[in-house]
Amino acid sequence: MSIRRVPRIVAYVCLAVAGVLVLLPFYWMVMSSLKTNNDVFTIPVQWITTDPVWNNYADIWTESDMTTWLGNTVFLSALVTFLQLLTGSFAAYGFSKITFPGRDVLFLAYIGTLAVPWASYMVPQFVLMTKFELTDTIWSIVALQAFGALGVFMMKQFYESIPDELLDAARIDGMSEFGIYRRIMLPLSVPALASLALITLVNTWNDYLGPLLYLRSPDLWTIQLGLKSFIDQYNAEYALIMTGSVLSILPVVVIFLFGQRYFVEGVATTGLKG
Amino acid sequence: MTTTVAETRRRRGRVVARNTALGWAFLLPNFAGFTLLTLVPVGLLFYYAFTEWNVFGGATWTGLENFQQLVRDNSFWTALGNTVYYAAFHIPLTLAVSLGLALLLNRKLRGVAFFRTVAFFPYITSIVAIAQIWNMLLSPGFGPVNEVLRFIGVANPPGWTTSADWSMPAVIVVSTWRDMGYYMLLFLAGLQTIPKQLHEAAMVDGAGAWDRFRAVTLPGLRPTTFFVTVLLTINSFKVFDIILVMTDGGPGQSTLVLSQYIFQKGFEENQFGYASAVSIVLFALCFVVTIIQFMVNRRATR
Repeated sequence: MSIRRVPRIVAYVCLAVAGVLVLLPFYWMVMSSLKTNNDVFTIPVQWITTDPVWNNYADIWTESDMTTWLGNTVFLSALVTFLQLLTGSFAAYGFSKITFPGRDVLFLAYIGTLAVPWASYMVPQFVLMTKFELTDTIWSIVALQAFGALGVFMMKQFYESIPDELLDAARIDGMSEFGIYRRIMLPLSVPALASLALITLVNTWNDYLGPLLYLRSPDLWTIQLGLKSFIDQYNAEYALIMTGSVLSILPVVVIFLFGQRYFVEGVATTGLKG
Repeated sequence: MTTTVAETRRRRGRVVARNTALGWAFLLPNFAGFTLLTLVPVGLLFYYAFTEWNVFGGATWTGLENFQQLVRDNSFWTALGNTVYYAAFHIPLTLAVSLGLALLLNRKLRGVAFFRTVAFFPYITSIVAIAQIWNMLLSPGFGPVNEVLRFIGVANPPGWTTSADWSMPAVIVVSTWRDMGYYMLLFLAGLQTIPKQLHEAAMVDGAGAWDRFRAVTLPGLRPTTFFVTVLLTINSFKVFDIILVMTDGGPGQSTLVLSQYIFQKGFEENQFGYASAVSIVLFALCFVVTIIQFMVNRRATR
């Protein structure tokens, strides 16, 4: 073995160790979800379940309100994503393709709030939501998530890469600004829209704090809130808790695997051009 | 050719007015929601912090009273101290790990694409599930982590989230595990911008791997490192959901952080005014740290 090959082997070992460290907790979760409750914590650890208990995946639907939680979450995620795409791309067009006084100051206000922790204005926000009588309705979460600055920022980054000459040509041909947005910008920005859609979808699906503050009635709970209450209520049902966790993660993992390219691009643009 | 200056100006004025109307029309749907739910609450915060709320939901002006109470409030200082503790370890640890992973993935190795996908998993997984898995893994008596520790010869492995001394390290490790894939991706994008010729030139000059890292990679990554540090700092100071679901601030107050203290005061004790005063501290903390980082960055790039 030559000296030059050694660093390469070290690199592979590092990669393998890191891969195991990242994946092992997920592997353990899936294995535990297929065990009986008593077999989850054994000494020594059973890394491979010899006799999988598939029943857990049937029982979870009757033991918990999984159906309600998933239904609410799917509805919310879809609606929020739709609204965020619509209002975000609309506003981004105004910010990047129409020049008017005060525009840049306004955009700075948008970006500035991205750095303000949500926790620091959640109290006044809650008071306002109470005044609008939105608390304990599904609309509170829609209002909370659908008008984020992130969507505007992401779409603006993308629109800036579309040459103004293209728009000017359309304007000379008599196309209205709205027509340009709908017929030219939207079709061109499908990749950016896909990135934003995936990120919003996953964020809304995973959000725990918003629903925790605003959704009190159990029939409104999302999957995160439901899973947490299930954990608190049946804190010794280890296997079922892991089953619920697998089910809460699964849709996001599938979405991520299919749209990984857009996801990574989205993170890279919002991250690096800031 | 009798177009007067006044007429040109008027025409330009009309275009500006038209564009302003159009621009606002495009902004409006998002802006209305953004103003009501973000801008106005941020503004109100600076009023609420100087008020006290009665049971009927009315606010009375109390001046600096909330802040005077804050100075004497031991729980507040604990929360502030814990937040700084968390940030002081989470920031350098995550920076090191994510940069290390990015350097590893930037090499031409087999399986790199697979690992990039995998490293992102924790970041897209919900915090509730993550916290639960790790709480079980770290369970002191029968958890796999302590079992492995005992196996390699640690006689008394830590109690992790059940021990006041070890709960914060446990949270820091889990949140680093969760965040590293995200920051790794940012670093990877940054590494891609460093021209290959620089590395080749350094190699021709006989620079070793470590020298090349110090003289080529690190300076080339400066903008990325700066951006990641700012992001990481803000995200560390606002740490919230992982604490809430993993330890709920405990045992005792050993992992109580500022965000959670706001949550307790505001939504468990309904002290909106006092919670807003704590909010201002959190807000100021993030603001000041960001400003300092920008100033340091500007001086260093000169």
